[in-house]
Amino acid sequence: MMRPALTIARYTLLEALRNRLLWLVLLMMAGAVAVSGFLNELALTESRQLQAALLGAVLRFAAVFLVATFVITSMAREANDKGLELLMALPMPRAVYLFGKLAGFGALAVLPALLFGALGLCFAPPEQAALWAFSLLCECWIVAAFSVLCMLTLNQVLPALAASFAFYLLARVIGALQLLGHGAGIVQSGGQQMLNTGIDGLALLLPHLDQFTRSDWLVYHSGSGADLATIAAQTAIYVALMAAAALFDLHRKAI
Amino acid sequence: MPSATPPPDPAATAGAISPAQAASRHAAQRAAPRRVLWAVLFALTLQILWQASRPPVRARARDLPPAPSLATLQLAALGDPVALSKATMLYVQGFDEQAGVSIAWRNLDYVKVALWLQRVLDLDPRSQYPLLAASEVYGAVSDPARARLMLDFVYARFTEDPNRRWPWLAHAALVAKHRLHDLPLARRYAAAIRMQATGPNVPAWARELEIFIAEDMNELDAARALIGGLLQSGQITDPNELKFLAARLDQLNQKH
Repeated sequence: MMRPALTIARYTLLEALRNRLLWLVLLMMAGAVAVSGFLNELALTESRQLQAALLGAVLRFAAVFLVATFVITSMAREANDKGLELLMALPMPRAVYLFGKLAGFGALAVLPALLFGALGLCFAPPEQAALWAFSLLCECWIVAAFSVLCMLTLNQVLPALAASFAFYLLARVIGALQLLGHGAGIVQSGGQQMLNTGIDGLALLLPHLDQFTRSDWLVYHSGSGADLATIAAQTAIYVALMAAAALFDLHRKAI
Repeated sequence: MPSATPPPDPAATAGAISPAQAASRHAAQRAAPRRVLWAVLFALTLQILWQASRPPVRARARDLPPAPSLATLQLAALGDPVALSKATMLYVQGFDEQAGVSIAWRNLDYVKVALWLQRVLDLDPRSQYPLLAASEVYGAVSDPARARLMLDFVYARFTEDPNRRWPWLAHAALVAKHRLHDLPLARRYAAAIRMQATGPNVPAWARELEIFIAEDMNELDAARALIGGLLQSGQITDPNELKFLAARLDQLNQKH
């Protein structure tokens, strides 16, 4: 069963490369370097830190945007071309198809993580740049797994894209929302308490992506092995959850 | 009945375009109806006339908007406050150079500027940039009231992390002495460095700043002593900051 999954993963990756994704990644790198280099010239001090922070933030969003968009449009194209039906007709479990797709998208995310991580080497020691790149890879894997689930559930490009980006934004701000809700120790009304309970509930369901791919690591070199372990564990749990949910949905599909 | 395969076209194999290929290409690029071409030209003319008839764009200075609340900025940071802090600092720093208009620093609302700088520092407390901007850029304004606002800001934020922020209070002490001619204020700042900046990385001369504040030095000598001391201690490594401080020394040299 491993072989068909690997074949699906290989063709998923090939599709990405034939879609000029590598060129797009390189173009984004060049654009981000140019813009951050220009801003670096404007800074009166901390110019390298400023460049590192802005470059890191822009590249992180670029990687997530590319991966999510590719996952959703690729799966939509496959569904429209009846490729999904063809694969489902083959004598293999549906799980093999799903794991093949996830493996392909996961391998694709290695591309921006490696290239963008290599840029991080210009600003931070190798271990910090490696931590940043690994964290970016994990962030992309989580977004890719969520995008697969969205596409299988919603079946339409626009709702799936909107849901993926909403999930990403929410996962990035959920920590701040919790802090704001519980901050200052002021007396809260019943409505506020309910809202806070809702936010806390949501925080239990979402991965806290604000702990991932932090600019601090490139700027102040403050990443540690504990960060690495936390990120790896969270990614493993969340990708497994998304894969299981997507498999559940795939089994319910009448194909 | 099996169809016969046509023999290869010698012209095609030689790289030239056969008449059949030329005909098919011609068929692929049909001419658009003349009315459509007129429609395009008409719309283009209309667009050009519309833009030409509009009044020319005039540069107009905008006021610095009030700084957003910290909560708003924390949400806008999307979990990356350091990057937003740097971007916000560039926004505030570049506000005096708007499209087509240059605003003098003394015309900026310094209460708002101080609040913006505070937000930048709140987002990234390890950053030194807002303190440099307050002491060296905005604090150098000729209006004493505005300069005092900036010095107060530096002093207030110095106490939160004296061992890292003392260089900016040292600059503030010089501004207080030489620009504001407020010796008691300058000595208060220097005394604060002596008493609070007691970490191992703070050079001894910084704690002795009070002495050369009290000495009858001119501004150039004091600035030389301070910048020279900072360079010797290896505190300044950023090339842009070195350039900026060198330009500041040149300005002082020209004045004297």
